[in-house]
Amino acid sequence: MEKKSFKAWLYLLPAILFLGFFLVYPLIDVFIYSFEEGYNSASQTYYGIGWYNYSYVLHDPYFLQAIKNTFLLVIITVPLSTLLALLISAALSSIKPLRRAFQTIYFLPYVTNTLAVGLVFMILFKKTPYTDGLINLMLAWFGAGPVDFIDGPYWAKMFVLCFYTIWVVMPFKILILTGALASVDQSYYNAARVDGTSRFRIFMRITLPMISPMIFYLVITGFIGAFKAYSDAVALFGTNLNAAGMNTIVGYVYDMLYGEGGGYPSYASAAAILLFIIVLTITCINLLVSRRKVYYGKANN
Amino acid sequence: MEKQTTDYQKTIRAERQQGVLRNILVYVLLFLWAVIVLFPFYWMLLTSVKSYGSYNAEHTPSFFTLHPTLQNYQDAFTAVPLGRYLANTVFFTVVTTAAMLLVITLAAFAFARLKFTGKNLTFTLFLSLMMIPNELVIITNFVTITNLNMRNTFSGLILPSITSVFYIYLLKENFEQVPDELYRAAKVDGTSDLKYLLRVLMPICRPTLITVTILKVIECWNSYVWPRLITDDPNYYLVSNGIQEIRENGFGRENIPAMMAAVVVISAPLIVLFLVFRNKVMAGVSRGGIKG
Amino acid sequence: MKIVLQDLTKTFPGRSKKEPSEVVAVDHFNFEIPDGKLIGLLGPSGCGKSTTLNLLCGLLSPTDGRILFGDEDVTALPPERRGVGMVFQNYALYPHLTVRQNILFPLQNLKGKDKLTKSAMNERAKTAARLVQIEELMERRPAELSGGQQQRVAIARALVKMPRVLLLDEPLSNLDARLRLQTREEIRRIQQETKITTVFVTHDQDEAMSISDLIVVMCKGVVQQIGKPQDVYDDPANLFVAKFLGTPPINVFSGKVCSEQLLIGENAVLTVPDVPDQEVLVGIRPEGFIPTPDGPLCCTFEGVEVMGRDISVVSNHVNSENASIRSIITAETPIDTTAKTIRFSLKPSKVFLFEKESGKRIRFPKAE
Repeated sequence: MEKKSFKAWLYLLPAILFLGFFLVYPLIDVFIYSFEEGYNSASQTYYGIGWYNYSYVLHDPYFLQAIKNTFLLVIITVPLSTLLALLISAALSSIKPLRRAFQTIYFLPYVTNTLAVGLVFMILFKKTPYTDGLINLMLAWFGAGPVDFIDGPYWAKMFVLCFYTIWVVMPFKILILTGALASVDQSYYNAARVDGTSRFRIFMRITLPMISPMIFYLVITGFIGAFKAYSDAVALFGTNLNAAGMNTIVGYVYDMLYGEGGGYPSYASAAAILLFIIVLTITCINLLVSRRKVYYGKANN
Repeated sequence: MEKQTTDYQKTIRAERQQGVLRNILVYVLLFLWAVIVLFPFYWMLLTSVKSYGSYNAEHTPSFFTLHPTLQNYQDAFTAVPLGRYLANTVFFTVVTTAAMLLVITLAAFAFARLKFTGKNLTFTLFLSLMMIPNELVIITNFVTITNLNMRNTFSGLILPSITSVFYIYLLKENFEQVPDELYRAAKVDGTSDLKYLLRVLMPICRPTLITVTILKVIECWNSYVWPRLITDDPNYYLVSNGIQEIRENGFGRENIPAMMAAVVVISAPLIVLFLVFRNKVMAGVSRGGIKG
Repeated sequence: MKIVLQDLTKTFPGRSKKEPSEVVAVDHFNFEIPDGKLIGLLGPSGCGKSTTLNLLCGLLSPTDGRILFGDEDVTALPPERRGVGMVFQNYALYPHLTVRQNILFPLQNLKGKDKLTKSAMNERAKTAARLVQIEELMERRPAELSGGQQQRVAIARALVKMPRVLLLDEPLSNLDARLRLQTREEIRRIQQETKITTVFVTHDQDEAMSISDLIVVMCKGVVQQIGKPQDVYDDPANLFVAKFLGTPPINVFSGKVCSEQLLIGENAVLTVPDVPDQEVLVGIRPEGFIPTPDGPLCCTFEGVEVMGRDISVVSNHVNSENASIRSIITAETPIDTTAKTIRFSLKPSKVFLFEKESGKRIRFPKAE
């Protein structure tokens, strides 16, 4: 028996080692860092324990800007992308010809490099001394003036960031929702049709409740994903996000760690923990709301 | 009765017309989104074959070019070390994925098939690790790797990405679906655990292993944050960092056609992979979760 | 409401590139269903019975032919304008709605002049619930109900809009054996109370025979026979119907007719007046055998199965098309279980002749 146990642990050993070293230890360590005041990464010394790092981060205008940017991004992109994905999935489920082709096309952003395609978006939206860029050309067709979406006003930059974020997250949502729609038993629709239910009512009273767990799953993962936004912003605005005023919370963490303003793992830790607390809170609120709103099938009764 | 039937026919006709209208709307919506998705790809291909001179001469961007050139692709490989970035990324992807497959298969096997004291507790602990966000642990890992003098090395790049609790979980679930009888039969025939894993379990669970591999390859190919933190020597850049480097310092800022050529080269492998394994990728992603 | 089916035909395009030929699911179905009757559509899976049901309710539209409810041609009408109630095989109860909400659902769809007030809807729902005896379950969810209760809810939901026709798709197939007996009586009772013309589909002959006023036997899209259950059993139109009805199944022998004598093997077992000489298939119901010491049909004896009131004698014969011959006789009849052979005489009314190739019935006047 003992020998058997030993063998099993041997199988687990690599996983445990890696996880211990790169996941468990860092998790504990990050909390320690966040309370070590005045940590110096060169000498690896600190001179006190306390809340100073948190206080510093919370008073840092860059962090506050990052919080504002991140929250705006979350509030705009999560509902919009979920609704749009629902619309597109419903449309996709109602057709036969070309469905496969559409599905393939819609999935493409998932397998592309965020940084690389972000560069294309930047070029599409950017206004340079030579050219106003394609988007501005289109705006001109409707008589709207040229706007620099990359180095211009805040709302324009936020618009591009949201637009790109939605473009990037749509494949996953469409995939999940078309799957959910396909899994609704056809006989419910037949029953509803025999009863003369209008399409709109079928969608609202049958389809939506039946796929609500999946919608909710997407909202939760969408919130978490959007709170951790970073590479989309880098792709559009470059690595110096603070200068562009478009930094996100995660971007702030990395900037504190490394780069032009880097070398402050304590501040980075405090900011990361703050982010974690925010995400956890929002997720908990979501879960509480869903208790009442989401139909979970047999398991919940 | 006669009148009633004509009434019905009228409503049926109206409903048919409504149906046609709805279908048109549906297709318009779908085409519109397809254009939004595809347009950036089209633009990057288009720009990448415009010559430097003609691109910069366009004050209003044109939607096509009559004189396509491959010069930009040549530039992308010669003026900046794009080949090096690609080679680095391939190496990083292959080694990370292979190492991960080894580690998670062993762990999943232990959880799925072997009996040992403390199994349930250990597995619960593993599962709880899934909750830990990457952003939280990356700070210490960065410090650790720096202190170990492993910055700008492949081991520094690869080691932290080798395990994934989620994939262990996914694989364990799949291993458990293989009936116990097969394991007992193998034991009766005197097969060792390792041989059973290699000869029976892994072939049966190949679809899941492929799924995990594909997901990991996508993840590796697109990884940006960790490589950015851990490398500042362009010799160790992966494609994501490479493209950022090209954008900020390469070619002289304004050679956008060459940049687009680099973008095409970087994007192509995964797109090809996706088009070839379309169903596997989509099935894998819908089981295996969220990007990043 | 009388239902008339005229030349009803439904073809489906070939399923795959490998089999591009179209499938004829229902082939020129002609039938008039009398008002207020309970009709069982019976046949093996894939015979087109479910397609027929879907054509009746309008979920499918026919390739050819007409459907009339009373005098009204409903062929082109969508389901909701036909006034049909449908109970689906898996009941299709909306899992997220309570029983009450499920039953109210069809009523809430009504628009215009048909629109009901809240209290009228509740009244109708209550009446329907009372009819199927589920009044005390109204606030539960479908998942909290047993299979039989779900079935009742589904029937209540179909009845609440007071349909002209009630359709049931395999209503008993999802229930266990005990519930089946109970539920089929229930369906019979509800149908008789409401007097709604009801069509149900089943592959189980017991189900169809026990409660239907009329049964329709189908095979490969073609109606084989229509009639009262007992009539169809006693007088099958062809070999398929004879084989499909009855447990234990009918015993089939190859035989031939020679100068008005029916021969099984070498033995003349029955006189068949007016039948020309030919090779035939002989169907003998299990209850058509009478053990007689000097009976004309000699079989090798294999054993006896006791079934209580009756016993089943298992025997065999070189000309038998079945794996073994089963005959049902009363338990009082003495059987010598040590014998090697057993001899039977036959009840002419339980013996049917069929053409060898087509399986068509060959009728002959029965003396008895």
